[in-house]
Amino acid sequence: MAKFDLNDDSVVVVVGSGAGGGTLATELALKGVKVVCLEAGKRHEIEDFVNDEWASFAQLAWADMRTTSGSWRVSRDFPNLPAWIVKAVGGSTVHWAGASLRFQEHEFKTRTVYGDVKGANLLDWPITLAELEPWYAKAEDRMGVTRTNGIAGLPGNNNFKVLEAGATKVGCKEVHTGRMAINSAPRDGRGSCQQIGFCFQGCKSGAKWSTLYAEIPKGEATGKLEVRPESYVVRIEHDATGKVTGVVYHDASGQMQRQKARIVAVAGNSIESPRLLLNSESSKYPDGLANSSGQVGRNYMRHMTGSVYGVFEKPVRMWRGTTMAGIVRDEAGHDPKRGFVGGYELETLSLGLPFMAAFLDPGSWGREFTTALDSYENMAGMWIVGEDMPQGKNRITLDKNAKDKYGLPVANVYFDDHPNDAAMRSHAYAKGTAIYDAVGATRTFPTTPYPSTHNLGTNRMSEKPRDGVVNKYGQAHDVKNLFVSDGSQFTTGGAENPTLTIVALALRQADYIADQMSKNIV
Amino acid sequence: MQEQHTRDPGAPADPGRRAFLASGAAIAVTGSALIHAGEAWGMEVKNLKPETMQTLIRMARDIYPHDRLSDRYYAVAVKGYDEKAGSDPATKKMIEDGVAALNAAAKKKYGVPYAQVGWEAQRVALLKEQQKTKFFQTVRSNLVVGLYNQKEVWPLFGYEGESASKGCYINRGFNDIAWL
Repeated sequence: MAKFDLNDDSVVVVVGSGAGGGTLATELALKGVKVVCLEAGKRHEIEDFVNDEWASFAQLAWADMRTTSGSWRVSRDFPNLPAWIVKAVGGSTVHWAGASLRFQEHEFKTRTVYGDVKGANLLDWPITLAELEPWYAKAEDRMGVTRTNGIAGLPGNNNFKVLEAGATKVGCKEVHTGRMAINSAPRDGRGSCQQIGFCFQGCKSGAKWSTLYAEIPKGEATGKLEVRPESYVVRIEHDATGKVTGVVYHDASGQMQRQKARIVAVAGNSIESPRLLLNSESSKYPDGLANSSGQVGRNYMRHMTGSVYGVFEKPVRMWRGTTMAGIVRDEAGHDPKRGFVGGYELETLSLGLPFMAAFLDPGSWGREFTTALDSYENMAGMWIVGEDMPQGKNRITLDKNAKDKYGLPVANVYFDDHPNDAAMRSHAYAKGTAIYDAVGATRTFPTTPYPSTHNLGTNRMSEKPRDGVVNKYGQAHDVKNLFVSDGSQFTTGGAENPTLTIVALALRQADYIADQMSKNIV
Repeated sequence: MQEQHTRDPGAPADPGRRAFLASGAAIAVTGSALIHAGEAWGMEVKNLKPETMQTLIRMARDIYPHDRLSDRYYAVAVKGYDEKAGSDPATKKMIEDGVAALNAAAKKKYGVPYAQVGWEAQRVALLKEQQKTKFFQTVRSNLVVGLYNQKEVWPLFGYEGESASKGCYINRGFNDIAWL
């Protein structure tokens, strides 16, 4: 395993080891580029994962202080937990569900297709689906996505069977067990899904793709990648010309270190990445690094989400098997006749009893609530994920009053639903309810959005430097050796779970960075 | 909480206590202990007033009533306040003051302390008046984990918990639904 010197200024420093950072770091190493990957969290291996929701949350979740504002209900119920994401090597690929869907063609050009939606800061991506298709194909092969590359779909569990039966009865046509980065048969040195049921708590069989065990070890085996866990980056530094020169971080013992770098790639998720850029302000960049557009931290998207749970006369036992066990795609397209632009997916979801109690209707009590839990065994559940509108006011800012343990301002996450988000959610609640009613639900629960799992858009890609933070390769418009490699570069969010697109962009970016380095351009 | 296998070691003998038991409250206060005769357990209360703990248990059930759960699970869910009261005067004061306010409201309206108000709907109405207080919010929010994260209650909801060490569900019914 590689070990690079702190003063080695020929390395690429990647901040974060999740879908974007972990993939980029590994792919660069496979291309022979020296990489230091700094990860804020610890390194937990598969054997460390626990099938226990709260214990796993304590082990994996990013619980460092954050604050919230805006009218979203998460800010009321979970004021210091805007997002449920992971602080560990592998990032949120440790707890993701595995859904791996390509964006649709129109979702790369929403400003053109949706038009001028009032209050929305829509913008076309500087890339098209056609440009990204080869990278999607590469990502699907690498991640072993079911229903691609001749890989069979996963078998449907009880929760899926309820969804499938109801959706079929109401006339849905595209209903299946999903395109999942979970092995349906052994592949790439990993076994097949054992239907454990704790996908969110870290896959104990390793069937689910995660950078933790499916990418990073391959990068490390090249001798070109050094991953440093418990390395919390607090600042990116630059020289007089404006080029970045390295990063300052706190190591596992709390000691401050400075790692020099030829290139820095930021992949700390859409909350921490803009926070790091903003905290890296200097006399040359008084509004934060890469922020001449003023767009760093803005256009925060979290997907239009919500859940529907249905109670039935007889047991479902939805927790058994793959958490996200199937999908209904009939509403994923753009059909403004429904009263909103963009579309949404319906995907099965289950929570264990402890999390169901916490998230079904946070803050509520009494029999209306407890009789729902009394029927837990007879519940089926689905999650709604749809495109939400980018809005300039929805943003990550530095909280002047709250500091982290290193004395730096924490991120404040402001969010208001756009009317389009609310209209889409109403439509989706009605659709989800109809699906369960069709198979005899005796009671249904349209459930409020959870803390965000899909955090997007806060360093967005744009063709013109004034509209966004990075170009079509995730390269900062303002600083050519600074890259953004996570979901924060998304120009808009699409209706699809974002990981596949993050991985495809990271693979494409690795190609670009290696090429630019070989030509001595950066 | 200690299991109490014999029915009666510290059983109350005075008429007041008997009357109290006869009123329908399942948990009796004896000295510094709570005795649940019906469920055969006892609980030593060290730092809070025992009546306070008795009230907290009643309140916990009224907040998250599950008729299939015995009182013991609610007692486990709130007993931590007694330990915390020993080291944290602020918590002790918040709990004692909160319970006192609840009892005052109950006495004013029904002439008896909260735990002895006969109908759940009446107690719930009293709790609704208090639900914005820090006391209520603390008790309620801690119950979400304190009650529902007890592994012992999971089977009563049908939840099976950990599966990886039990062979997962690949051969244990992940797709066994038969009623569709």
